[in-house]
Amino acid sequence: MRSFSLIDFVSLFAALRWTVALVVLALGFGAPLALGLAMGRISRFAGLRWTMAACIQIVQSVPLLGLLFFFYFGMPVFLGIQVPALVAVTVAYTLYTAAFLGEIWRGGLEAVKQAQWEAGACLGVSAWQQFRHIIAPQALRLSLPPTVGFLVQLIKGTSLASILGFVELARAGQVVSAATFQPLLTYALVAAIYFALCLPFTLWSRSLEARLDGSR
Amino acid sequence: MALVEIRDVHKTFGKVEVLKGVSLDVEEGEIVTIIGRSGSGKSTLLRCINALESVDSGEIRVEGERVHAKMPDLKKFRQRVGIVFQAFNLFPHLKVERNVTLAPLLTGRTDKARARALAEDVLARVGLADKIDAWPEQLSGGQQQRVAIARCLAMAPHLMLFDEVTSALDPELVGEVLKVMEAMAKQGMTMILVTHEMGFARNVANRIVFMHQGRVWEQGPPAKLFASPETPELASFIASAK
Amino acid sequence: MNFLPLWRYQNQLIDGAIVTLELTVISAVCGLLIGVAGAVALNGRITPLRWLVRGYIELFRNTPSLIQLFIVFFVLPNFGLKLPAFEAAAVALSLYFGAYSVEIVRAGLDSIPRNQVEAGQCLGLSGWQVFRHIVLPPALRNAYPAVTSQFVLLLLGTSLASQVATDELFHVAGFIESRTYRSFEVYAVICVIYFAMAMSFKALFAIIGAAAFRWPRRR
Repeated sequence: MRSFSLIDFVSLFAALRWTVALVVLALGFGAPLALGLAMGRISRFAGLRWTMAACIQIVQSVPLLGLLFFFYFGMPVFLGIQVPALVAVTVAYTLYTAAFLGEIWRGGLEAVKQAQWEAGACLGVSAWQQFRHIIAPQALRLSLPPTVGFLVQLIKGTSLASILGFVELARAGQVVSAATFQPLLTYALVAAIYFALCLPFTLWSRSLEARLDGSR
Repeated sequence: MALVEIRDVHKTFGKVEVLKGVSLDVEEGEIVTIIGRSGSGKSTLLRCINALESVDSGEIRVEGERVHAKMPDLKKFRQRVGIVFQAFNLFPHLKVERNVTLAPLLTGRTDKARARALAEDVLARVGLADKIDAWPEQLSGGQQQRVAIARCLAMAPHLMLFDEVTSALDPELVGEVLKVMEAMAKQGMTMILVTHEMGFARNVANRIVFMHQGRVWEQGPPAKLFASPETPELASFIASAK
Repeated sequence: MNFLPLWRYQNQLIDGAIVTLELTVISAVCGLLIGVAGAVALNGRITPLRWLVRGYIELFRNTPSLIQLFIVFFVLPNFGLKLPAFEAAAVALSLYFGAYSVEIVRAGLDSIPRNQVEAGQCLGLSGWQVFRHIVLPPALRNAYPAVTSQFVLLLLGTSLASQVATDELFHVAGFIESRTYRSFEVYAVICVIYFAMAMSFKALFAIIGAAAFRWPRRR
């Protein structure tokens, strides 16, 4: 047993790297996938709509912890080879991000009035151009507040990677707590770091929301 | 003693003095129509009469009882004074019957056994007996407003207040609501209305009250007031309302 | 891939699922009570209380549920409050759910236009009657979708309680894994069970909602 020292403090902040890395990976792979899901959900083809809806529904009806374990143990089974844990975890967070963002963005796309598509069609531009220049910017504005709100969920969600042994913030907290026997100090510090990380996004999301309400 | 006595009432919202010493008596059975430009204080006066707003100074008495927001039997008082708003304010989660009978049931004016008959009776009086089992959202604006009137009638009020009740309606729906109000007037209901319907004011009201800048500017029988207004403000108001 | 070795653990799985349901329902009920109390406080006039509730909401919404669980389980004992695993998880999850519920309840109440309240007052109804008969039913309807989706998230979130050794479903999975070494199969089955529970609740909520809120929506 030793007392809580600067080293512990530093190790907590060092672990932040992984928290940030997981968030970036999840967004990097998850966001494009989410866009695909959202567009599939408003597609003209019923089959595609239903498939996308089912995918989103499945991911949203399973615990994030379950997704992580499923891919952590499942990737070698699917692929027949061992893969680094990071790959498995990234797949899980990517699907999690894609499902939730996909649903949020679908809501944004559907909130843009049908008349806007028609107005675009009247200008004689292609469907893709209508989407790209007329629909998407409006949908983005509408869905930005919940998107930022989801980012907070994602940041908090990366804490679950600790359970698979990733030494991100939450895991570093457990290690330091065990080494110093100072759970109060350690977890308070960990919570404070998460809080400092999440609060700006929460506030940003809320101000975006307020601005949208104001402009309606 | 007049049914409604209004004495030198003042009312200020923030820095704006909306009512600047209004005095007015309304006798039992009288139909009084308040006209005037928007911002003249008509609606505020109406809201003061049933204590939705409290007056800053002066007093309002209804049936001899002084009206204010903290009066001890405010609820009993409001059961005697019905008010109908511009935005019907029907309860969307209750069918028409329940909209009409909710207050009589909760205040003990009727019981479950007689409630249906009460609803049928008041709905018949507004010509909507066949809509008793409809949801408010299934009705047109004019029908919703007539249900709102029936909802008040179910409390058997001694006085009815109407606050621009036809302003939110499509023009073709105004007539059916006015007809109901006219029938009520004929049955002797005491009514105070704020309205922009000059035809109704002229034909049904006993007395017109013209409000201007928070004061009763001019009042009298409709024939006299419309034919020979004494003040230039009323003359220009009548000219613009035509 | 071999799921057969798991078959003999079905009783454990059922027991775990029951604990998961218990934890979910208890936390949801307590959380909603917190939500109602918090919403009343936020709309009230006592400023320090409003600040307290705001602080509570921000604190619990901006930190991971897992850390909250650890604090309740590992830190509170230092203050003489040693809770068993299930109780600790229920406390942590109730507080977490409560922080979201306050906003949901408040948004529901705020969604009822002021003129509905006025209409009720003008018919001579008391404050409680106006609330109970005029404000509450439409407010419940407006809050219902958010409450139910939050409930499903809570159901899934109870899996974190496994990390403080509450013997709920996910913890049972760990137990079976340690006996069978069939890690993938175990967690695949666990995911399917959570999925089935989540979908059942969604279906149940849809049925309840359709039965309870029959009036047509405002156009």
